Amino acid sequence: MTQALVDAIAEMEDEEAIRLANEMIENGTSPLEILEACKGGMAIVGDRFEKGEYFVPELILAGEMLKQISEIVKPHLAAGGDTPKLGKVLLGTVTGDIHDIGKDIVHFMLEVNGFEVHDLGVDVPIGSFVDAVKADQPDVVALSGFLTLSYDAMRDTVAALSAAGVRDGIKIMIGGGTVDDQVRVFAGADAFGLNAMDAVNLAKSWTKAGVA
Amino acid sequence: MLPDNFASLTSEQKIDARLADWISTEGKPFASPEVAELYRSRAQRYADAFRLRQPDRVPTSVVTGDFQQHVMGVTLADYFYDYPKAVGAAIGFYERFPLVDYFPFSNFQPGPVFDLLGYTLYRWPGGQLAANQGYQYVEGEYMTADEYDELIRNPEGWLLRTYWPRVMPALSGLAGFPSLLGSLELPFVPFAFSAIGSPQVTAALETLLEASRLTGQFNANMGQLIGTAMFGRGMPVTLGGFSKAPFDFLGDTLRGTRSVMMDLFRRPQKVLAAVEAITPLAVKMAVDAAVGSGVPFAFLPLHKGADGFMSDADFAKFYWPSLEATLRGIVAEGVIPMMFVEGGYNSRLAHMAEANLPAGTTGWMFDQTDMANAKKFVGSWAAIGGNVPGSLFQTGTPETMRAYVRTLMETCKPGGGFFMAPGVVLDHAREENFQAWLEAGLEYGTY
Repeated sequence: MTQALVDAIAEMEDEEAIRLANEMIENGTSPLEILEACKGGMAIVGDRFEKGEYFVPELILAGEMLKQISEIVKPHLAAGGDTPKLGKVLLGTVTGDIHDIGKDIVHFMLEVNGFEVHDLGVDVPIGSFVDAVKADQPDVVALSGFLTLSYDAMRDTVAALSAAGVRDGIKIMIGGGTVDDQVRVFAGADAFGLNAMDAVNLAKSWTKAGVA
Repeated sequence: MLPDNFASLTSEQKIDARLADWISTEGKPFASPEVAELYRSRAQRYADAFRLRQPDRVPTSVVTGDFQQHVMGVTLADYFYDYPKAVGAAIGFYERFPLVDYFPFSNFQPGPVFDLLGYTLYRWPGGQLAANQGYQYVEGEYMTADEYDELIRNPEGWLLRTYWPRVMPALSGLAGFPSLLGSLELPFVPFAFSAIGSPQVTAALETLLEASRLTGQFNANMGQLIGTAMFGRGMPVTLGGFSKAPFDFLGDTLRGTRSVMMDLFRRPQKVLAAVEAITPLAVKMAVDAAVGSGVPFAFLPLHKGADGFMSDADFAKFYWPSLEATLRGIVAEGVIPMMFVEGGYNSRLAHMAEANLPAGTTGWMFDQTDMANAKKFVGSWAAIGGNVPGSLFQTGTPETMRAYVRTLMETCKPGGGFFMAPGVVLDHAREENFQAWLEAGLEYGTY
């Protein structure tokens, strides 16, 4: 049944995936095993996205399945039953911009790939990013922005992190519909990504290499 | 003046007749014969490019979004609430950048109208946003899944009685607007008009009237601005109406992005029926405004069919057919739809080319699409332009800008059918980069 759940998620059969998750809980399957199946299904989804077989709609539906299954499983999770994390990512859409869909996809893809994600939401004031970096000590800061006004906001956020003396301990990635390498240089970020899988791969490379 | 036999003309003949009217300076109050000639030559150049002829040089066009406000030192909120200040800044912008040939649309908007209506779909500067925060759509599900059937069956009825009250709460009384069949027999009329006379419907109608009055105030200022630009400075207006792809109408602000994407899996037949039902409305909205304004171009920003937003199969099934039908419908009335192709369309070009749209009847302003491919797949049957990146305007240099324009001209200019434009609605730019772009367009754009 675990494999059936992996397949249902991978094949975008959302009703079947939810049905299976409910059945597995009723049969006493361990919640962690169900979440592992989710991870397996999402790995296939992410892989197909990178290969150009799946697109944003598949990521959205996958995220929806993940959210619903998490809600089914959560009440049954024992306290402290979490798996160890690959690293900590601080995420948010920069000040002035309220776009969130891309950021939310990055959020769950990072989570399902083993990262602890602290999501500050949208239109995040520069000061909030600085405070959160000081409090969380993340490995990676991920700045999202869709409008061209976000370039200045990204640059100012990175500059504020430098001024606060916390820039050196972190890696910074930027993403959004219009970012490119010119924007990366302008903003003073370490890398840019065009989609959620880029974010996952960047976070993995930075935490595995121990550079963050 | 359109010819008497207009209705019996072909689409292309209708377009040419409307363009001739638009280009003509006869009977229009230009400040001088010199300004009139400036207008005429600019309009002719633009029409030539769109009809796939080779003009004297490549026309340069720009939608300046928030750029005018930033460079002229006024706030975005001023452009929503202080009309005389906005008009003054806009005219100052034309004087500062005399190489801008065509009326540059910007985010000059009637803030008080949105306030009155309580418009929930967006937030805007001077409203819920700070003075220099650009207006933004608030993602959400504004049409539930079970409302598909009514949208499909009776789109304007559902929009009037359910959607308008939902996104403009001050018009909530429209929910009680009676059946339009109520005028079909004398004895039905009192029933219909009793409903209209109810306190809720009356309140909605009074709000509509007030919104009309406030819009009139805005239009007086916009009219003054357009008059100055067109008759005082010879700047043709190049957009007469707006519309969208039916899938974008459905997905952007009816179902919302997340929900419409899941609808592709969960209720594909409803999506197909909905975009079909929306198509004639999309055509009418574009044509009515373009014809009414005398500017035979309609602007259609394209959103959810971009590279990565759906598979090629989904594009061919859900996005393109109703867009194609919309374009054909607009063209059939003698109006040129100008698509702003946001994002990339690299995976879509071949499919578009197979549609065999009539040559020289559509325009495509690209963004992240490869322009050599655009020239190859689209350039033989439609006007193409755009692509100059927002990041280059904002973070580049005059030198890198000139180099980019030069290469783009070399790739796309030959044979005509090309217009120079940014790949974005220009909100932010370094002034020197914008000026360099204008100058390079002139320098590298002659034939």
